[in-house]
Amino acid sequence: MSTPIAAPAFVNRHSFIELDARARAQSLMDPGSWRELVGPFDRMESPWLPLQGIAPQSDDGCVVLKGTIAGAPSVVIALEGGFQAGSMGEVSGAKMSAALDLATQDSQNGKKTTAILLLETGGVRLQEANLGLAAIAEVMASMLALREHAPIITVIAGTVGCFGGLALAAGLSSYIVMTREARLGMNGPEVIEQESGIEEFDASDRGLIWAINGGEQRVAMGVADELVLDDAQKIGAAVQSYVKAGLPQVHRSQQVELYRRRIAALDASAQIDPLMLRQSWNTKTREGDTR
Amino acid sequence: MRGQVGLRGKAWFEALTGRNFPLEGDPGSVLTADARLGNETARFLCVVPNPAARFPCARQGEVGLEEAYTLAMRVREVIQQDANGTKRPVIAIVDLKSQAYGRREETAAIFLATATAADAYASARIKGHPVIALVVGQAISGGFLTHGYQANRILAFDDSSVVIHAMHKEAAARITLRSVADLDRLGHQIAPMSYDIHDFARLGLLHALLHVPDPDTPSPITVAQVQKALMDAVADARAGSKDLSNRLMSEGARAMRKAGLAARALMQEQWRHD
Repeated sequence: MSTPIAAPAFVNRHSFIELDARARAQSLMDPGSWRELVGPFDRMESPWLPLQGIAPQSDDGCVVLKGTIAGAPSVVIALEGGFQAGSMGEVSGAKMSAALDLATQDSQNGKKTTAILLLETGGVRLQEANLGLAAIAEVMASMLALREHAPIITVIAGTVGCFGGLALAAGLSSYIVMTREARLGMNGPEVIEQESGIEEFDASDRGLIWAINGGEQRVAMGVADELVLDDAQKIGAAVQSYVKAGLPQVHRSQQVELYRRRIAALDASAQIDPLMLRQSWNTKTREGDTR
Repeated sequence: MRGQVGLRGKAWFEALTGRNFPLEGDPGSVLTADARLGNETARFLCVVPNPAARFPCARQGEVGLEEAYTLAMRVREVIQQDANGTKRPVIAIVDLKSQAYGRREETAAIFLATATAADAYASARIKGHPVIALVVGQAISGGFLTHGYQANRILAFDDSSVVIHAMHKEAAARITLRSVADLDRLGHQIAPMSYDIHDFARLGLLHALLHVPDPDTPSPITVAQVQKALMDAVADARAGSKDLSNRLMSEGARAMRKAGLAARALMQEQWRHD
């Protein structure tokens, strides 16, 4: 006879982080509504990795699903953090940019199509260096074109986080959803330590990294929109709510004057206290909106 | 090798605009001016080194917080001023080290700062401003994504110290666990990894490569030459689409980006198949 165990909700939740990119994307869409485009059986692979003795992957680490979310036409584009750290190559970038462009075309033709980006990435794939950087510029251009018509919702769940050029892309999105296990930043801690020295950033100081790049901090300082538990259902609900909300009145990356004034007001003579930014930047509690 | 990054950019900014100091209220690291280009006025922008910058990791020609927000503001200003009139060309003169690698920058969300500048340049392009990047020196990584890479047309000097790349060589070697010599060797075999501007040109991302004699010291002849190239690029941008599709349709792209173009074509085909 088994004794019933009262497992807490945390234990029974369906972890999102434990899913791979494909399963994450699938979990966000209305069941039965989606199909994968340019999937692994189409074998669109990096031509550059095998030249360097590195095994390519048949989806190049980018999963594109087209379907609906809360009944609304949507495309989910997910980067696989487990393949080359989710880095952006020629093919993964082309898939991402093409899917965004097609969502824009559909939106222009009256079928407003929201894009959801699942970004787990270190940025440019250095083995494809300049084509990776060019791809990111093109993804950004595609995002800005779509954003005129339909929202772009970026989800950073962890554990890779979102760094490098794609952090800039995240900055262009309409909404950013993060977990506590996610990080968002342009330069990873190791890169800063390498470029500017250990006095500037000690990349082994985990507390420091999470205090600066962690999802809790990014949401609390108002540069990301919502902190969610690592729970597929909760992340799905957050995405649905932003799909339903549609375009924000103004995008964060258009708020130049607000942020320019905030930077001007900082004391740059010493390091900046992350907790101070939570108080001085986040207007959510005061004005009911981060924008 | 030539000296400090940004000095050539500054020299060309001055040669093309007759000005070498920032607009009132702007940080010393961002030069902005409206100047004649042919028979119209264009807005020129350039990031230059500023040893007195408030943020210590953004003193040598890096794009930091102040630089990114100033660029965003000065580009948005053009969009606003020209909302009902002729769309002024926007010329980004590029000679920059990279984005700023500092803790202050990370803490204050440099990813958002750089996004605002890229957003402003792309918005100008979408609104019909011809946006031209003129790469006279280095154009590295997030610095170039912020200042230049959203342009309709990219021009670069054909010169050995001109580098367009995802990461500077020493850092790329460390991160990919290779020696600098290995990277150089790989660059010759694998064009997208190369630090040579001729290999970059093969990727089909550039509008033109400009052979400019003595590029560190603009002369009346070379200034006229560069102005002519800028005017041609402006005319070409005005005649073309407002997106970046020209980068995909170039001869170079058709030869060097076959895999990406095939992925795009298949995405298009499968997308419609509902």
